[in-house]
Amino acid sequence: MTTTQNPAPAKTSRAPAAAPRGRPRLTGDLLIRYAFVFPALIYMIAFFGYPIIKNVVMSFQAYDFTTFFNGHAPFIGFDNYAATFSDPIFLRALGNTALFTIGSIIGQFVIGMGLALYFRRKFPLSGFLRSLLLLPWLLPMIVSAAVWRWILEQDNGALNEFLSGIGLVSDPIPWLNSSDTALIAVIMVNIWLGIPFNVVLLYSGLQSIPDELYEAGQLDGATGWKSFRHITLPMLRPVVSVVLLLGVIYTIKVLDLIIGLTGGGPANATQTLATRSYEMSFIEFDFGQGAALSNILILIALAFSLVYLRANARAAQNG
Amino acid sequence: MSSTPRAGRTGPFALAHPLPLTDPGSDGSPRAGSALTRRAFGAAAATGMLALSGCGGGSTGDPSTIRIVDYYNTPADDVAIDGTFSQCAEELGLTFSRERVPGDQLIQKVLQMGSSRTLPDLLMLDNPNVQQVAASGALAPLEQYGITTEGITDSVADLGMHDGTLYGIAPTVNTIALFYNVEMLEDAGVEPPTTWTELRSAAEALTTEDRYGFAFSAIASYEGTFQFMPFLWSNGGDETELDGEGVLGASRFWSDCVTAGLTSRSVVNWGQGDVIDQFKAGNAAMVVNGPWNIAGLHDDTPDLEWDVVTIPVPAAGDESVAPLGGEVWTVPVTGDEEKQRKAAELLKAFVTPENQLFMAGERSTIPGDAEAARQFAAENPDLSTFVEQVSTARSRTAKLGPEWPRTAKAIYTANQRVLVDDTDPAEAYDEAARTVS
Repeated sequence: MTTTQNPAPAKTSRAPAAAPRGRPRLTGDLLIRYAFVFPALIYMIAFFGYPIIKNVVMSFQAYDFTTFFNGHAPFIGFDNYAATFSDPIFLRALGNTALFTIGSIIGQFVIGMGLALYFRRKFPLSGFLRSLLLLPWLLPMIVSAAVWRWILEQDNGALNEFLSGIGLVSDPIPWLNSSDTALIAVIMVNIWLGIPFNVVLLYSGLQSIPDELYEAGQLDGATGWKSFRHITLPMLRPVVSVVLLLGVIYTIKVLDLIIGLTGGGPANATQTLATRSYEMSFIEFDFGQGAALSNILILIALAFSLVYLRANARAAQNG
Repeated sequence: MSSTPRAGRTGPFALAHPLPLTDPGSDGSPRAGSALTRRAFGAAAATGMLALSGCGGGSTGDPSTIRIVDYYNTPADDVAIDGTFSQCAEELGLTFSRERVPGDQLIQKVLQMGSSRTLPDLLMLDNPNVQQVAASGALAPLEQYGITTEGITDSVADLGMHDGTLYGIAPTVNTIALFYNVEMLEDAGVEPPTTWTELRSAAEALTTEDRYGFAFSAIASYEGTFQFMPFLWSNGGDETELDGEGVLGASRFWSDCVTAGLTSRSVVNWGQGDVIDQFKAGNAAMVVNGPWNIAGLHDDTPDLEWDVVTIPVPAAGDESVAPLGGEVWTVPVTGDEEKQRKAAELLKAFVTPENQLFMAGERSTIPGDAEAARQFAAENPDLSTFVEQVSTARSRTAKLGPEWPRTAKAIYTANQRVLVDDTDPAEAYDEAARTVS
């Protein structure tokens, strides 16, 4: 199940599987083996290696608007990184990225787990309702962002109408208009977007837990919370680690949703490393500094990816 | 992204010209606001679109074909621009192929084309970007081809100048003024405001539980800065001195309107298109916006009675100074001298006063030529306020050149801090001044 979610391991396992087809006794046997790996290698270098290296090189260059026309991009050492770290918005963006990621992951996971457990029971229309849950996944992100902007509108938005209608708030909440609430609102929408991913993975993980375990547990008095704590959670552990780690990697780089909802505003309240990097490159046209920022982002995501790959390898070993 | 956005420019338009593709510019009759002629639009546009798709498949590799890139995507813009180019090209014995880019992607596209040496022969740019591109050496000076600023008002000429050299020319321009809901003002018994004091008291009288008296766009993008400039300039502010009293006073005026509840705090997330939507919905009685909305207003809200006045000034007698919006046509340096010359020839024919009048009428914009603008105002009373506002308007890049985008960003960021967090304008603009220094 985990491998279907992640194309990378599948790809590496495909290449060696093809290699033994070469006739092993011929000279140049090694060459033939490499020939099979070659297309994949070219693909990786052209579409993953080159952009990353280019991005690293760019982050050491004064790469700006004029560079595109005259190709002139002098090397300036670590100036772009120095400028990034001394930028007052950088720390804020870093903090926002952390809050956004942690908040989104906790919300998505808790709600996703709750829904997955709920749908494990058999009841009429459960299949239909489960497919409805996928809706946020099917909508283009830009559409979701536009609709949520209306819902969260301060004066006529549906959410404030609802909240004041049931008497929960007296004054409309300035969801996207205040630096106190904008980040919370953006996290809320991202949780909504991430729930399907969590439900689908956790639900299929739950399906693979044998019913006998629960039956045996029941005999020993493990019901309700106890059975969740001592049977479901341990059995679900590999899936949970995958869900959380992929969630972090996906969430840390979210750009389109924030751009669509707030554009990083108001007053930089929802600026994250991803939006700041975009802004640096494509609004201020300081591609060098934008590249430096995105390299920092890549490093953070890479750290989590390594944790994921190790956890994945361990899960595979445990069978 | 674009400071003269196309948002809200959808729907049909007053297209009185019977044969827009074959005979542009010869019809000088007033066309705005005529409901009858608008009905003819469907047929005319359909023919236009057919013709366009016909030449869309044309060969781009042909050495005698002029390659054109712009962002005129709405049917009205498209028909007017294409029609004018068709006629000019025919007279000169040239052919052309046009590529339309989404407005917010144009500058990225230009960068791509710049680095792959595939710049077109004629390139349209949003005016705040012209100096940046010209400073990169990507554009050819136009005077060598006999294109001059003769007849064009100084500030419109500024849109295409860099370091005293002409690199681009704007056939038509736009700006922003104050739209107001006639019925609401009559009911509240207030006159259209001319000064800030009047604007403030009118907004007070017009604000009710269901609506705000006054709205503008203060979004964190160049649009937010575009809308702030009339207040900044009319108050004697200077974009090169962001912590000056003129700038602070303008920011304080906006801030007071929001804190007093006369303007929604949501303006920090409203683009210009959102602002006009609030006006159409009756949620705002007076809004700052541009002439590109006129077609949409006629079309979406035919029963709404509205009018336009120039942006109110700090004190009676002050000059209302708004920023110029609009697109500038340039001839990129492609290395093919012969083709550059041909492209310039086409451009020269494209921007004649007659063609300016035609395109201005079709697109609800104002001719760049001073004489044509006067004639236009007389023939299009709907747009006469904008003609007046344009006559005193300024180019945003005139003083700062390629540095303008950085300052524009500092301005909208400071305004966001003021309007969102009630930061003192002095503090917000003090920091803004430091970020651009």
